[in-house]
Amino acid sequence: MRRFLTGLVFFVILIGGFILLSRSAPLQILTPQGPVAGEEYHLITTAIGLMLIVVIPVFILLFFFAWRYRAGNEKAVYLPNWEHSRLDECIWWAVPTLIVAALAVLTWQSTHALDPYRPLSATTTPLSVDVVALDWKWLFIYPAQGIASVNYLEIPAGTPINLYLTADAPMNSFWVPELSGQIYAMPGMSTELHIEASGAGAYGGMSANFSGDGFSGMQFLVHSVPEGEFNTWVAGVRYASSTLSWNIYETLAKPSENNPVQTFSAVSPALYTQIIDTYMTPSSTSM
Amino acid sequence: MSLFGTLSPEALPQNPIVWAAAVFMALVVLGIVFLLTYFKRWRWLWGEWLTSLDPKRIGIMYLIAALVMLLRGFIDAAMMRAQQSLSVGASQGYLTPNHFDQIFTAHGTIMIFFAAMGLMWGVINLIVPLQIGSRDVAFPLLNALSLWLFIAGALLVNASLVIGEFAATGWLAYPPLSELAYSPGVGVDYWIWALLISGVGSTLSGINFFTTISTMRAPGMTLMKMPIFVWTVLSAMVLVIFAFPVLTATVGLLFLDRFADMHFFTAGYGGNMMMYVNLIWAWGHPEVYILVLPAFGIYSEIVPVFSQKRLFGYTSMVIATIAITALSFSVWVHHFFTMGAGADVNAFFGIMTMIIAIPTGVKIFNWLFTMYRGRILFYSPMYWFLGFVVLFTIGGMAGVLLAIPGADFQLHNSLFLVAHFHTMIISGVLFGYFAGFTYWFPKFFGFTLDERWGIRAFWCWFIGFLLAFVPLYILGFMGATRRLAHYPAGLGWQGLFIVAAVGVAVIALGALCQIIQVIVSLRGRDLRRAGSDPWNGRTLEWATHTPVPSYSFAHIPSVEARDALWDSKQRGDKEVSSYEAIALPRNSALGLIMGVLSFSIGFGMVWHIFWLAIGAFLGIVLCLMVRSFNEDTEYITSAEEVARSEHSYLGV
Repeated sequence: MRRFLTGLVFFVILIGGFILLSRSAPLQILTPQGPVAGEEYHLITTAIGLMLIVVIPVFILLFFFAWRYRAGNEKAVYLPNWEHSRLDECIWWAVPTLIVAALAVLTWQSTHALDPYRPLSATTTPLSVDVVALDWKWLFIYPAQGIASVNYLEIPAGTPINLYLTADAPMNSFWVPELSGQIYAMPGMSTELHIEASGAGAYGGMSANFSGDGFSGMQFLVHSVPEGEFNTWVAGVRYASSTLSWNIYETLAKPSENNPVQTFSAVSPALYTQIIDTYMTPSSTSM
Repeated sequence: MSLFGTLSPEALPQNPIVWAAAVFMALVVLGIVFLLTYFKRWRWLWGEWLTSLDPKRIGIMYLIAALVMLLRGFIDAAMMRAQQSLSVGASQGYLTPNHFDQIFTAHGTIMIFFAAMGLMWGVINLIVPLQIGSRDVAFPLLNALSLWLFIAGALLVNASLVIGEFAATGWLAYPPLSELAYSPGVGVDYWIWALLISGVGSTLSGINFFTTISTMRAPGMTLMKMPIFVWTVLSAMVLVIFAFPVLTATVGLLFLDRFADMHFFTAGYGGNMMMYVNLIWAWGHPEVYILVLPAFGIYSEIVPVFSQKRLFGYTSMVIATIAITALSFSVWVHHFFTMGAGADVNAFFGIMTMIIAIPTGVKIFNWLFTMYRGRILFYSPMYWFLGFVVLFTIGGMAGVLLAIPGADFQLHNSLFLVAHFHTMIISGVLFGYFAGFTYWFPKFFGFTLDERWGIRAFWCWFIGFLLAFVPLYILGFMGATRRLAHYPAGLGWQGLFIVAAVGVAVIALGALCQIIQVIVSLRGRDLRRAGSDPWNGRTLEWATHTPVPSYSFAHIPSVEARDALWDSKQRGDKEVSSYEAIALPRNSALGLIMGVLSFSIGFGMVWHIFWLAIGAFLGIVLCLMVRSFNEDTEYITSAEEVARSEHSYLGV
């Protein structure tokens, strides 16, 4: 038993050091950059704290009992037929039950507060963006602005963004860890997600659900900028980019990997609905 | 329609890595054929093993098949980690994305359906009849059929390596990716037929062992006197009976989508992929408990024996087991909180999931208090147990975190999730079966396993596990998703992926230690001879001789208390010296034949060779008819023969 414990301590320290040394990137989920990701971060830390109330005693008891009641220790009490104690068993049914009850309250409240469909409260007018997961890239449509972009989402800082998501491809999951958790994008269906970036910055986004051979390259950049700069960008895209007609969309929707950033102007605000509708009458397109 | 359906020479491997694997497999098969011929062992193989209906033999065949599949799945894992250590920035690694996708799909499919399930069926076959004081299972031929259906499924997965391709969809093959529109090849068909065939085998086994435990317990063994292992298996069998038909039906519907142009789960024509995801997890979550409950049972056998003390809180253990069984069907939505269900639905399933942590926690406290005031002998099974408690508690914490929808939105589909379920399955399932392997090995082979190599194996597995999976927890927090064939260099993930790959290498050392352990023990077996009861056991399997005779018990024991053997040792029961004739099932090749025919159905359907599939199906019907007319299915061992055999064991 002594060897087991020394071995355990030694190796855990060794492994911990090794892993810490090899770590070189920020822990994005633990460094949130927006209100949604911020609440999710607090939820994670609170839940871990609650669980430690059970977990720490388990570890202490495990090693204390293993040490104390080892076969060589003649001083320890030995009761080979002791098999039942109503009080003790009530304690370890009750304590986890209380903790789960606390977690249940936390879960109920946080699930409603963090419901991806719930609009964020804000003083500014939210911006709506339609998101289409394609094989294997992301198309972002700004219906009010009449523009679109591929693998690049520019947003005004401090403004809630209402995202509507679908796919014209297998199921994908939209994820920008520093701004918020995920939501699935599914063909023929529309889901919603509300995000916000507190300040200016650039945040990595990706698909989190495997969708085929080009899946690894489905990465995009979320660029949060001050309001004025965002408007300038919109105007620039309107002026300089090629248009996105349905025919051009169909070409864009064909499978391609590691797409560069593209922008489009003169985008119909109905494009998103049209894409979903193709699945209602699939004979008009490939399935 | 050609004679060979859609099968053509293009189906042969195009890639050197796959060629090497194919050649290796062929060499292994040739080597086995050569050894069998050289040592003139064909008749022995046929008569003693392939056609045997003895659950002890069937159990060992399950274990061999499962260990082979475990090795295959492990090689897949090592290839994935190697790819992810190399494939950064400008480098694309040594695998194409499609090949990488096939490997992680095969890894998941093999590890769950053929490694973990195989280990479970093996241990159940070996131990359950003995622990309930029975000579056999309820339906012996059905049991053999289940084994051969399992092997047929496993062979289909391996055939896909050489002929054609495997699915590149992830191990649960979510549509629409797994539909014909996005996966036109035969890979998904191989996946479908491997699961359909082995799934039917699992359902049949579930019915078989549920009936066995319900009706064939030794006189006096009431439900509340059954060993906890038997309780956990009974609960797992209830789950198998309810869950596996759901899997078979779901995968069957996917087959109809692909084969008959139906639209259950397609994106268009009114199909609904969300239905598939719900159905597959309605099987998938109970499946976790199907694997883990028997492992909990193994720990519940080991801890009292090595603490030399009764199991603490038997009734609590039984209630906790039943609670887990019932709850496991009410949590499936936690696998897809991110699909956009409303907050009420998500919160309900999150809370149901956390409730499972209560009975699981109770089990852990009961094990701890079994050690309390015991006299603990630190043999290697106890090392696996201690390692299990440490890892399982950490993994359980991660699990409760994932059960909170708000937190799950950030952790789902990330490597944090991958690390979580590997923690649960490696420590909760694999460590349990390793502990059980060391514990029960002497019962079936007559000698104990070398302890030094066993403890070395434990440390390699434990350290390797931490090295391989702690980085994945951290990578999850960095926003790394699962199933990435490649990632940009700027993310700074490579260091952790390399540490994880080193961890896999250390685990490989652990597996090597286990192989050395068996070889060393085998060579020194004359010094390691174990009697019938090497650990001073408490349950009836230790009341049989070692190795266990074909009839297991000369006299069916009568049970008066829990820990039946311990109780009988305390009372000093005497051996009865008069013997009776014993009837046991005759060997039958029908299980093996139907297994071969099932493989032919699967292979025929994958490649659209319909004459083969239809012919094989008719063959199975014929086998069932032949069997139903066979009245002579048992042979009798006379009382004199039993006496002679018993005397040779007792050295009279």
